[in-house]
Amino acid sequence: MSNTKYILGLFDDPDVMMHGIDKLQKNSIPIYDVYTPMPIHGIDRKLGLKDSRLGYAAFMFGCLGGTTIFSMAYYMLVHDWPINIGGKPSFAIPDFVPITFEWTVLFTAFGMVTTFFFATHLFPGRTPRVMDFRATDDRFVIAIDAKKGNIPHEDITNILKEAGAVEVKHNDRKYVSYE
Amino acid sequence: MASHSESIIREPLITGKDITYAQITNDVLRPVENMPGRAWWIGFSVASLGACLWVFAVSWTFWFGIGEWGLNKTVGWAWDITGFVWWVGIGHAGTLISAILLLFRQNWRNSINRSAEAMTIFAVICAATYVVSHMGRPWLAYWPLPLPNQFGSLWVNFNSPLVWDVFAISTYFSVSLVFWYTGLLPDLATIRDRATGVRRRIYSVLSFGWTGSVKTWQRFETVCLILAGISTPLVLSVHTIVSMDFATSLEPGWHTTIFPPYFVAGAIFSGFAMVQTLLLVTRKVLGLENYITMFHIEAMNKIILLTGSIVGVAYLTEFFIAYYSGSEYEQYTFLNRFIGPYWWAGCMMYGINVLMTQLMWSKTIRTNIQISWVLSIVVNIGMWFERFVIIVTSLHRDYLPSSWAMFYPTWVDVSIFIGSIGLFFTMFLLFIRVFPSIAMAEVKLILKSSSEQAKKKLIAHGDLDRTHVEYYKETLTSFDSVEMADYEKI
Repeated sequence: MSNTKYILGLFDDPDVMMHGIDKLQKNSIPIYDVYTPMPIHGIDRKLGLKDSRLGYAAFMFGCLGGTTIFSMAYYMLVHDWPINIGGKPSFAIPDFVPITFEWTVLFTAFGMVTTFFFATHLFPGRTPRVMDFRATDDRFVIAIDAKKGNIPHEDITNILKEAGAVEVKHNDRKYVSYE
Repeated sequence: MASHSESIIREPLITGKDITYAQITNDVLRPVENMPGRAWWIGFSVASLGACLWVFAVSWTFWFGIGEWGLNKTVGWAWDITGFVWWVGIGHAGTLISAILLLFRQNWRNSINRSAEAMTIFAVICAATYVVSHMGRPWLAYWPLPLPNQFGSLWVNFNSPLVWDVFAISTYFSVSLVFWYTGLLPDLATIRDRATGVRRRIYSVLSFGWTGSVKTWQRFETVCLILAGISTPLVLSVHTIVSMDFATSLEPGWHTTIFPPYFVAGAIFSGFAMVQTLLLVTRKVLGLENYITMFHIEAMNKIILLTGSIVGVAYLTEFFIAYYSGSEYEQYTFLNRFIGPYWWAGCMMYGINVLMTQLMWSKTIRTNIQISWVLSIVVNIGMWFERFVIIVTSLHRDYLPSSWAMFYPTWVDVSIFIGSIGLFFTMFLLFIRVFPSIAMAEVKLILKSSSEQAKKKLIAHGDLDRTHVEYYKETLTSFDSVEMADYEKI
């Protein structure tokens, strides 16, 4: 048995690659992941990925931010130390609008981005798990787990070539970025 | 799908022959991966001299206090707040380009958003330094924050626009930074995967382990869309709140309800002018003419024209309302802008912002790089004078004639202002050397649909309306990066 762990099909055109995905799926070849230098719409649906739920997280963080600063303002200016400004009411809701808005935005942005980094395992110093170095430059890479399924590797190679892959790689290691 | 054919009557967003994805990477990363040229070194030397002047003048202010500035009992706010509002205004274009134009699906933003956002961040840094340096006791700069303290606790006053401003500027700065850096991740990964040795290790840390897998891109796009959605009201709120620093006072010339929209329009006006100033030079020096094309330049000039005209209407409204108010003090303030001792500042403000921008109605001027560049600098001079007129000219003669005074800047005032420009350019020049100045992933996205070569293929393929093709060729004649000779045979 060969040592090939992953078979990579490298495409130089996003549309050709999309057809490649269709072709692989028609032949029941399981796709591990696809790496592209730019966002290509529609791959996620083809691969059966669910929609991102980051929007819900963003909404929750926004509510949290708005509530936090509004409660703080209420506690500080109404409950703890009301200031007499010409006898006007301390609980001046219109005056609290700007800060409430700002912290809603602040919490939404930071909360959502932190959730994104956490869920995607992105953080400074994380070792890049790169399967092909040109996937961030000009190659659209379909990665196929060679150990999965029992389709002969030559067949996979042929299907990729037929679909228009400019290069097919048989990698013994999953990530080429490790030294 | 990545490719659908765009209408032929739309101008191309990427020009040049045989542009491939690899070519985009190579072109954009050339300044990052090679040693800088002579133009960069000259620029950097001059800019860093300015930054040194800034460090010296600000240190001088901290050491001797703000008595070193030209302020007096009557004019207690002058060059500091003028510089602050000027810089915050300039810092509005970046987020406008990256957020509002994203929501409106304006694909031309893709090649200018990165450097415009960087510029935003540096401009807000320059503005923030004014906030700290005008405090007199900068070590107490944390006082506007709502922290428990030993005086009661005596909390900050959330009814005050100055406290709102602290929240607005800090939120704006940090959210812009997050938006900018998240967008940078895929491009930093590109640099990482091409580099070796120490460079690879540095960019490895900076790129957070980005791989470009399907799920990552899917989440990335969601994040960018939502960030754009929340940044849009944010950017409008920031200058609204800055204007309220003035509008909520009882000073004639400041106490106006028109200030928020007027300030926001002025901010976008000056911000785009600064983007134009920087990019016209950057595209030439870094050889990015194929990505920042004449279409981009003209589009920005159109926005300058639009916002400049809004500012003009706001000026007229102010004059009318001053007359209509029947308030003697209000009327005097506006007359004083022309007949008072600061008449020359008033002429600079109204002359430049209203009259000079109207030149942009002419297509010849909009598509002339030299004139556009000069006009963009002129606009920023005009916008500086606008803030100076609003602030100093209103303050120097108000209710009490016995307190009327003039304002004379000292060398410290002048040095901090000139120095802050040096600081700004130092940061911008460093930026274009270490980070890609164009968002590569986003430009690659429009290569197949909106590039000149794609449109040329469409024409060669035939079956297009002949009048449309002629119109398209006609628009291309103003482009400096297109060779018209190629179009003669098709």
